[in-house]
Order: sequence, then C-alpha cells, then structure tokens
Amino acid sequence: MEALLDLLQKNARLSTGEMSDRLGKTESEIESALASLIEDGTILGFQAVVDPDRVEKTNVSALIEVRLTPEREGGFDHLAQRIAKFDQVTSCYLMSGGYDLAVIVEGDDLREVAGFVSDKLSTIDGVVSTATHFQLKVYKQSGFLATDSTNNERLPVTP
Amino acid sequence: MKPLQNRIADVVKNIPRSGIRDFFELVQGRDDVISLGVGEPDFSAPWHIREAAIFSLEKGQTSYTSNLGLLSLRECIVDYVKEQFAVSYDAPTEVLVTVGVSEALDLVCRALLNPGDEVIYHEPCYVSYNPSIAMAHGVAVPIQTRVDDNFVLKAEDVEAVITEKSKVLLLNFPTNPTGAVEPLSELKKIAELAVKHDLIVVTDEIYSELLYAGESGMERGNHVSIASLPGMRERTVLLHGFSKAFAMTGFRLGYACAPQVLTEAMMKIHQYSMLCAPIMSQMAAIEALKNGANEMEKMRQAYAQRRNLMLKRFDEMGVPCFAPGGAFYMFPDIRKFGLTSQAFSMRLLEEENVAVVPGNAFGEAGEGCVRACYATAYDKLEIALDRIADFVGRLQINTGKNL
Repeated sequence: MEALLDLLQKNARLSTGEMSDRLGKTESEIESALASLIEDGTILGFQAVVDPDRVEKTNVSALIEVRLTPEREGGFDHLAQRIAKFDQVTSCYLMSGGYDLAVIVEGDDLREVAGFVSDKLSTIDGVVSTATHFQLKVYKQSGFLATDSTNNERLPVTP
Repeated sequence: MKPLQNRIADVVKNIPRSGIRDFFELVQGRDDVISLGVGEPDFSAPWHIREAAIFSLEKGQTSYTSNLGLLSLRECIVDYVKEQFAVSYDAPTEVLVTVGVSEALDLVCRALLNPGDEVIYHEPCYVSYNPSIAMAHGVAVPIQTRVDDNFVLKAEDVEAVITEKSKVLLLNFPTNPTGAVEPLSELKKIAELAVKHDLIVVTDEIYSELLYAGESGMERGNHVSIASLPGMRERTVLLHGFSKAFAMTGFRLGYACAPQVLTEAMMKIHQYSMLCAPIMSQMAAIEALKNGANEMEKMRQAYAQRRNLMLKRFDEMGVPCFAPGGAFYMFPDIRKFGLTSQAFSMRLLEEENVAVVPGNAFGEAGEGCVRACYATAYDKLEIALDRIADFVGRLQINTGKNL
C-alpha cells in the first residue's frame, strides 16, 4: 500500500484512526496493511528525526568512504553486512563511483569514531582504504529541513 | 463639479459588491480564525520552481517577452496540453500566455462579445465570470446547477437557454466552488449542442490536475477536456494556468489555447493592456512544466487525504455533502439548519472562529451551501472540523427538530 507508506514516511506517529481518515480506508484495513508491511520487512523500523544541533548531548557523525576488495563468492555483500552490523554504523550503502561503501558512523566524540575506523573498520580483511568525513552541521535530515523559513501567508478569504 | 460617483461607467457601477470581499473584511479583523475561505493552495510553490525564478533574476532576465509569451514556454505548454488534454496546438500561433486565467477570461470575453451577445455559463461559479461578461458588454445567462444533482450541468438545461444571441458557452470543470466534475456522457451532449448551435466554448480547466478517483479518492482521475471531443477544437478556447496544481497563485500566470484567429484577437487586447506576462513567472512556469509532475502529485495526494477527512467528518456531523471529484473545495448542503448561507457563515465565524464562504457569493444557485476549502494544513483542518461539529451540534439542538 503505497499511500500508507508515503504517509508513514512523513509521519509515523499517526494513529491507525488518523491514517484511516486520511486514506479513506477502515481502521482494520490499515491495521492489517501495516502488519503485513512490518511482517514482510518492508518497514524496517520507526524512529524520530532529530536535529542534532538541538540536543544537549553532542554526538559526532561521520561519513566514511570505504574501498573493498570484493570476495570471490558473495561480492561486496558479505563484507558490507559485516560492517553494517556494528552498532556504531547507523547507515551503510553500496555505492557506484570512486569508492564502494558509504558508511555513516556515530559516536560520542571524535575519538570514538576515529577509534572505530582505525581499530575495527580498517582492520577488516578486504577493506582496502577508508576516508573519514566528519559532519559539521545539519541542514536537512530524512526529508526534514532543520530550519524551515518558508512562510506562505495567505489572505484569509479569496475567490 | 459633478459627483464622482456619477462619472463611473454604468457597466462598472452596475457590478455588485463582491460577497467574498464583504466576508474578507469581516474575517480580517479577527484573531485565531481558521480560514477555510481561501481559494488557493496552502503550499508554497515547490522549491525547484521558486529556484528557477531566482536563477532567472540572477541571470538578469528582466525584460519584456514576446506579447504571446516566451516561445520556449509556449512549446512546453503545447507539449503539456497535448499530454494532459489530448489536444494539439501550434506553439507559435495558438497559445497566449496571460497574467493568470483571470486575464485570459477577460481577454476572451472582450475579443468575442459585441454588446448584447449572450454568454451561457453554469452557477454556482467562480466570482469573476459574471463581471467579466458584463464588462465586455455581453449578457450573462447563468444556468443553475443543483445540489440535488451534485451540481452536474445538464445538457437539456443548456439547450433550454440557447437563443439566437447565444454566442459563448463558458464551462468550468472541475468547478470552483463545488468541486464538481462533469460526467463524460453529459459533456459529450453539451459538445454536440455547441456544434449544433455553433457556439464558441470557453473552458476554464484550472483545476484539471486536481482530481480524486478510485474508492478512496487517492488515485488521480483522468481529465477529459471538452476541447478534445469531436468538432470542438476549432470552436474552443481552452484556459489553464499554474496557480492551483503547481501552487503558483502569486506568480500570476495562465494561458489560453485557441485557433489562431481567436488567439490573435485576444493577443490584440493583451498587447495593449498587459504587453506580456512577467518574464520571471514565465521562467518559473517552464520549470514547472518540465520538472513539476512529482511535486504536483505529492500536493494532490495531500489534498486527497484532507478530502477524505472532510468527507468523513461531514458525514459524522450529519451534514450532507457530495464527494467532489476535483479541485480542493467541499460544498456541504446546510439547508436543513434553516439558516441562509450568509447567516450560517457569519455565525460559524462569530461563534467558532472558522471562516467558510457563503454559497451565494458564487451565484444564487450556491444558496443553501457553503464553500469549505481544504487547502489548509491537516492539523488546522482537524481543529476547524471539530469546531464546525460543535457549531452544527448546537444548531441541531436549537432547531429542536429531529434532523
């Protein structure tokens, strides 16, 4: 159910009643569609999108370009899955272009991220090189602008 | 000196005060009003379109364009119209870019009408139809469509008012203020009438992208333009623009597609009154047509969700409201409360701080209904509907009838 997924990706906090109002379906239709989306793994999880600049505890986030030597059997999958399993890794994508994996790592501070890269990531057999880019400021995250200055004030009554 | 009032041209003097304007002044003085009284999207124009306008300014594109509009824009319009409306036009000679559909409507009236020529149109309708006809010295011949027919325009009602003076048939589907979409079978009959009586058809299809089909209205319906029906292209002026579907009301950009002779006639007026539409808006419009489909569909889906909410809530309140096939308006039937649409709207505003537009602002045929626009943020819409439910609940108790 594409419309349901669209809705959830914008706001996963809606109750089934609210979703049924919007989509013109009954609550039980929504509940069963939702259950099967979770069941079949289409929906991986639900989370809040947080502007890190507004939380007191300052995490550090880095994008790491990783080059790999693909394995004879399994290509990049085996290594990528191995890397993705680390708790510190929040996202992990196979990329086209100049490097193979884009790995997003979060840690309490710079040292933790650096430690992860030097101790864990770069020591894995098959990891050829890494390049770490620290994130400085968030302007947009998961489709949400960090500061949205859009202000479309309309006249109260128009034809 | 004679009083200034006596110097005003009769045709202008005779235009009544706009019901919308009266209501606007009432609403404007109040705080915390949730307004469902608007006739435009709540979205800003999509960023890529705004960015294209900014880029055109950065490049220094601040000059006049061809009277007809930038050829590159007209070419985009021709492609778009062919895809959306299944009608082909010649970009160099059959498209005129205007300052909104409003200007195009004024042009077409002035280009076609001699004093006394009759223009048939259907009410309730957009507020400018009657004045535009009057200012061109035409005679407005409204046909009342009825809430009990879900505001379908019946071909037989059209035929009944055709006289020797009938020159133009003016249509607007989906319709502002009702959201009604004309059934294809009836549209075909109307097209046949136009051919039989040799009428020029002016069709304002500004809401044609905002259609809600399928069981829950989430699918985009298929729009059929009367211009695409047999024998119609050569007698039709198709009016469309960017305001509604692309959320570009403030850009003020519309267009008319018509056979060359008609386009040329409209252009004659346009060149001396407007010269050309603003180039910045034209550049933005090119971007909208080339790359705007996805954003437009997102907005349409947001409207579809709100429409579902409105339908459900009006149903729960026991307020009859047909499911409109297009635009972003609900036109609920409030007759059972025993109030005029004016009184209903005034009291709703005073008692609950929710603004809707009285149906009679759109012609007599709108009496008994109010227009509630759902192009408003979803959470505000929910609050507005709660307030309307409270209001309607009180009315039902006070009327003391088993409604």
